[in-house]
Amino acid sequence: MSIAAAQKRSFSTVLWDYLTTVDHKKVAHLYLFGGGFFFLLGGIEALIIRIQLIKPMNDVVSAGLYNEMFTMHGTTMIFLAAMPLILALMNAAMPLQIGARDVAFPFLNALGVWLFIFGGILLNLSWFLGGAPDAGWTSYVPLATDSASHGVDFYVLGLQIAGAGTLMSGINFLATIVNMRAPGMTYMRMPLFTWTTFITSTLILFAFPALTIGLFLLMFDRMFGSAFFDAALGGNAIIWEHLFWIFGHPEVYILILPIFGVFSEVFATFSKKRLFGYTAMVFATMLIAFLGFMVWAHHMFTVGLGPMANSIFAVATMAIAVPTGIKIFNWLATMWGGSIKINSAMLWSLGFIPTFTIGGMTGVMLGSAVADYQYHDTYFVVAHFHYVIVGGTVFGIFAGLHYWWPKMFGRILNETLGQITFWVFFIGFHLTFFIQHFLGLMGMPRRYWVFLEGQELDLGNLISTIGAFLMGVGVIVFLYNVVVTAIKGEKAAADPWDGRTLEWSIPSPPPFYNFKQVPLVRGLDALWIEKTEGNRQMTPGEPLDDIHMPNGSIMPFLMSLGFFVAGIGFIYQTDHKLWFLALYGGMAFALGTMVVRSLKDDLGYYVKKEELEREAK
Amino acid sequence: MSHIHPLHPETMPNEPEKATLEGKNKFLGLWFFLGGETVLFASLFGTFIALRNSTAGGPTSQEMFGLELVFIMTVLLLTSSLTSVYAMYHMKNHDFKKMQIWLGVTGLLGLGFLGLEIYEFSHYISDYGFTFRSSAFGSAFYTLVGFHGGHVTFGICWLITIMIRNAKRGLNLYNAPKFYTFSLYWHFIDVIWVFVFTVVYLMGKVA
Repeated sequence: MSIAAAQKRSFSTVLWDYLTTVDHKKVAHLYLFGGGFFFLLGGIEALIIRIQLIKPMNDVVSAGLYNEMFTMHGTTMIFLAAMPLILALMNAAMPLQIGARDVAFPFLNALGVWLFIFGGILLNLSWFLGGAPDAGWTSYVPLATDSASHGVDFYVLGLQIAGAGTLMSGINFLATIVNMRAPGMTYMRMPLFTWTTFITSTLILFAFPALTIGLFLLMFDRMFGSAFFDAALGGNAIIWEHLFWIFGHPEVYILILPIFGVFSEVFATFSKKRLFGYTAMVFATMLIAFLGFMVWAHHMFTVGLGPMANSIFAVATMAIAVPTGIKIFNWLATMWGGSIKINSAMLWSLGFIPTFTIGGMTGVMLGSAVADYQYHDTYFVVAHFHYVIVGGTVFGIFAGLHYWWPKMFGRILNETLGQITFWVFFIGFHLTFFIQHFLGLMGMPRRYWVFLEGQELDLGNLISTIGAFLMGVGVIVFLYNVVVTAIKGEKAAADPWDGRTLEWSIPSPPPFYNFKQVPLVRGLDALWIEKTEGNRQMTPGEPLDDIHMPNGSIMPFLMSLGFFVAGIGFIYQTDHKLWFLALYGGMAFALGTMVVRSLKDDLGYYVKKEELEREAK
Repeated sequence: MSHIHPLHPETMPNEPEKATLEGKNKFLGLWFFLGGETVLFASLFGTFIALRNSTAGGPTSQEMFGLELVFIMTVLLLTSSLTSVYAMYHMKNHDFKKMQIWLGVTGLLGLGFLGLEIYEFSHYISDYGFTFRSSAFGSAFYTLVGFHGGHVTFGICWLITIMIRNAKRGLNLYNAPKFYTFSLYWHFIDVIWVFVFTVVYLMGKVA
């Protein structure tokens, strides 16, 4: 399958190919397009927020619309942009890094991406169907249970559907990494991005079910008259906060740990050195993940859990700075004495270090329970989490995209445009958020629609808005880069960066079966070892033989469609009984596709040995 | 496809459920899934424990719960776990017919359990007016026990589909993992019921 042949195919063939694909590399494309689209939506929502706050007592949007904007901005960016973009990088790189031909459950992988896409569409339909959710991305009750429009219902169903997809990806990656590593790829020889994917998947597995239950309880209260959060009938609103943050705190580590993996790959590759302190990096990742689970209640210092609970959660929270610090120093030491090449991927990684360190320091400040009473729900908190989530996750996604773009699409992103993207976005980012620390300390509350004149908040907010637009310009330059690269980009060699790990040992983009022969791994940075010994390619770990591949299937798309229709039915059955038709119809359709899937064997097919030999010539 | 042909006793590996890569993946994937399910039920149990005395003047667990019925339900479900062990025993001894029979018995016991649960719920609703909407306790009770019942229902549907699909086929390395993962799931449902029995019914009756 050469690229020229691929370009000749008609649009409908390509579309059908993507609708039915179970190939993890194409699933990665779907995650990238879907996540990228929602990233733009979330960005537009952010700009509307910043336009509203450009001057005191502004009235560009109404108070109600402003609530919808910041709710959808947060929800979209976390669930529909950051997570899918990370899953795109994982799907694109991880199976290649461990020398696998496929993921453990290709069908489930496709189902995951379609559930995410339909969940995201459902959530965003709320804009057109009488109002978006307006209770914040945390959707605290009783604010959420009292919200009059259907907005919160869209939040509940949209996230439930998308979340199920994410859980499936987590299970899939775990089984893939445990069972499908190439011969010789021991755990302590896995590239760090694979390690962080592994540990992140564990976090997904244990965090998302808490959200599932939280969303169910909220759904039952809003749609079926249960009383979980209704104090009049004995309910307790704090249960939502606990369930949300038992999910929500690990979630921020789900967003950052894979990014730590990306930076580890980038620093090692472009410093021409093996990663400093590999073992310490692995254990620091585990420690961060473990502690990340133990600290959810630091979001609830002002709830009134008492000084003992607050102190325990404060100490555990601050402890996370230690393994994170280990990582920062290891990255610096990786570069020390290296032969450093600075390009776009490296710029994003270098920019990340001071940015994330600032975010980490304000995190420790917020982790102190006594001080948190001062910072709570001010712009200081907003500044903190944007420093870690944008300065960490978004920077890392850009680094990862510049790094793996040749592997994903066979072309290298334009370097000049890449550097312009970085500098415009980087400057815009610091303009936007650095000043918000001070706005917060000066008492500007979070989530407020307007601020008053004469409180010395004017200039800070103006600068912040200007910065936000600069970030928008940066993203537009990146999009332009993508288009330019697609039209006349430089064709990528198999190994454009002189890489160290297995994904660079196969052509860009890889054939659909990844590895003709699964490679034999002889140590950490398997490809680098072969290169230093003068071998031009990996030693095969098996004789050339038939390759078993799964069949494509439209089922994942149809199943997700069924749940999507059922979701709409759930939302509107409170208005009119006829909507039960959509509810039961959608569920029956989704379950029916599952039954068909169970009753029909799908054994896949074989790529014949002769065919592989012919291709090699 | 080589591993789709029926197996003979002499070619049968010791652990047919893990003899192929697909089997290994299914086996491991299901264990991971059960890990997630544990958090799912832990969240429900946490919610229930927080709300179990929030009856808002409505019926309490002490008034309603009858341990005799719950005891019979427990016996049915725990026995069904045992019969699924028999089924797996026959799978490993390569006796497809006996495996199918014991799986059938497992499904029937599960159905019996479900029937009694439906009776129990309708009894609370009609005799005590105790519903999902009565109080926070009512919401938490029906949600927790109902989620478990939903899992039993799903398990029975799963069992029916794999039994129908493989009825005339015999045992092979393609379907052995499917049977095996079902039995793991079924044991998990049983373990959860032990906690439901203890936390909801025993503690509800005495506390």
